[in-house]
Amino acid sequence: MSAPVLQIDGVTKRFGALVASDGVTLDLRPGEIHALIGPNGAGKSTLIAQIAGGLTPDAGRVVLDSADVTALDTAARAQAGLARTFQISALAMEHTVLQNAVLGALGARGGRLALFRSVLDDSELREKAEAALDRVGLSDAAGTVTAALSHGQRRQLEVAVALTLNPKVFLMDEPMAGLGMEGTAAMTTLLDSLRAEAPILLVEHDMDAVFKLADRISVLVAGRIIATGTPDAIRADAGVREAYLGDEAPA
Amino acid sequence: MTREGIVNAVIALGLLLVPLWALWANEPFTITLATKVAILALAGVGLNLALGLGGLVSLGHAVFFGIGGYAMGILAQHAQTFDPIMEAPFLIEGTKSMPVIWLVAVVSSALAALAIGALSLRTSGVYFIMITLAFGQMFYYFAISWPAYGGEDGLSIYVRNEFPGLNTLNPIEFFGITYVLLLAALFLSARIAASPFGLALTSARQSPQRVETVGLRPFRLRLTVFVISGAITGLAGALFADLNRFVSPTMFSWQMSGEIMIFVILGGVARLFGPVAGAALFILLEHWLGGVSEYWLIWVGALLLAVVLFAPGGLIGLVTRGQK
Ligand SMILES: Nc1ncnc2c1ncn2[C@@H]1O[C@H](COP(=O)(O)OP(=O)(O)OP(=O)(O)O)[C@@H](O)[C@H]1O
Ligand SMILES: [Mg+2]
Repeated sequence: MSAPVLQIDGVTKRFGALVASDGVTLDLRPGEIHALIGPNGAGKSTLIAQIAGGLTPDAGRVVLDSADVTALDTAARAQAGLARTFQISALAMEHTVLQNAVLGALGARGGRLALFRSVLDDSELREKAEAALDRVGLSDAAGTVTAALSHGQRRQLEVAVALTLNPKVFLMDEPMAGLGMEGTAAMTTLLDSLRAEAPILLVEHDMDAVFKLADRISVLVAGRIIATGTPDAIRADAGVREAYLGDEAPA
Repeated sequence: MTREGIVNAVIALGLLLVPLWALWANEPFTITLATKVAILALAGVGLNLALGLGGLVSLGHAVFFGIGGYAMGILAQHAQTFDPIMEAPFLIEGTKSMPVIWLVAVVSSALAALAIGALSLRTSGVYFIMITLAFGQMFYYFAISWPAYGGEDGLSIYVRNEFPGLNTLNPIEFFGITYVLLLAALFLSARIAASPFGLALTSARQSPQRVETVGLRPFRLRLTVFVISGAITGLAGALFADLNRFVSPTMFSWQMSGEIMIFVILGGVARLFGPVAGAALFILLEHWLGGVSEYWLIWVGALLLAVVLFAPGGLIGLVTRGQK
């Protein structure tokens, strides 16, 4: 078995009396989709934020490619290869779809930002951005102002920006939320193809999608991982059924 | 050309033609008014970089305007009294050379912006407004209580400073200098807005999280634009002092910061020529209404309210009907 790309090691986070992450340990291996599921308020987004850098854990470590990134800020973690998509879209709404994707390519290139050259005339950035938009199926909307996108298109754009980063790891927080049936199917196909680029830690409530995509599933309840295993093992786990899945797990 | 591009060209041409007409009609006062518009517009162009692109509501830009003014005042004062600024460890003398004065104004206001920005950009929203305002007041009271350079009375400079090859005492030639500098700053602003840095900065205004997530740091971007912004407003301050041949602590006052912001808001925040349109309107109103009533600023206040409520794109937004 190859070494994990991302390792979460005993991560703990308290908000006052509430323990949002309670000694969470999990890893992400090359080429896999590892789904993180659990009821509302279980602490999934809080965990993603601690991995991506928005929140600092009270204890524990986040290790990317055998480097401890726990002390790094969000920007440094992004440069190190963590690409996050948000549960609530975080995009530059007044900019066009292409500009948002170019921003990603710009961040990925690193180095000093030019002050006087035209960013949209930079063919390297543009090509990378256009390739990412093409990949998620947003090429036709490249010139559209982001605020005018549908909810589903915004989700696609979030993924496209993550793609421009050439990440080592995708962290995706509910990419299917609010997508219709068609949108969910398209996103499922996209994520399925993305794992070849980099493994995905996928937070998702859509159990059909999760059980279709995931190589492994971890179940988070009240900040604690109660089970990790293959979809079959999770489906059969009595504790998981009781705490979360009920009869929801697709056969 | 876009609609806004045409409007911009008309404004730029108008600001050039009015003083040329005044020259022909022998109306030197009108040339002086146009010069004042160009200089105040330049101060606004500086603020518009921070406010329009960066979303940084600075109520302290008078600091940079004043520093530019005092850079001119101090250098010219020492030159006209033949009294060096310092002798040890090395000799620094005053100067009447505009390019040297501009350089000093730009560098010192950029340094002040670096220090003020490094402290105040750690906050945001109302706190940022209050901190920049507080810095403005600090400089204001410091200038008042600094007797070496005139204290409350300020400094008078007897003769306008010199520019190689030009007669700066000739109003139209001095206007030409300010006009060219204004155009240069506008050109610079347009380039910055369209650059990789500009894209990152404007994105950080809309969604700082997004910018961090692609590996860039909003604080750095904002600090950089704050420094450029302060430097341009500082240059405007040096020119303003040269126009009046006078510097006083009022250049540091919060009313001055407010005026610079009014130019930007009246003309249109984040619109390239917004500050030019805003400064022109302000000076026209001051000239016309100021003659009718000493309470003319009330009307400016009402106009500002109307713009904020009904035309958030300012004059430029109104004329272009929201199109880019
Ligand atoms: N900054 C914060 N301060 C205090 N409590 C917080 C904070 N952020 C999250 N919480 C709490 O931590 C718990 C976990 O929240 P989190 O958003 O991680 O849940 P989640 O699993 O992502 O839920 P959902 O499925 O609804 O997205 C919740 O009880 C939430 O109210
Ligand atoms: Mg969540």
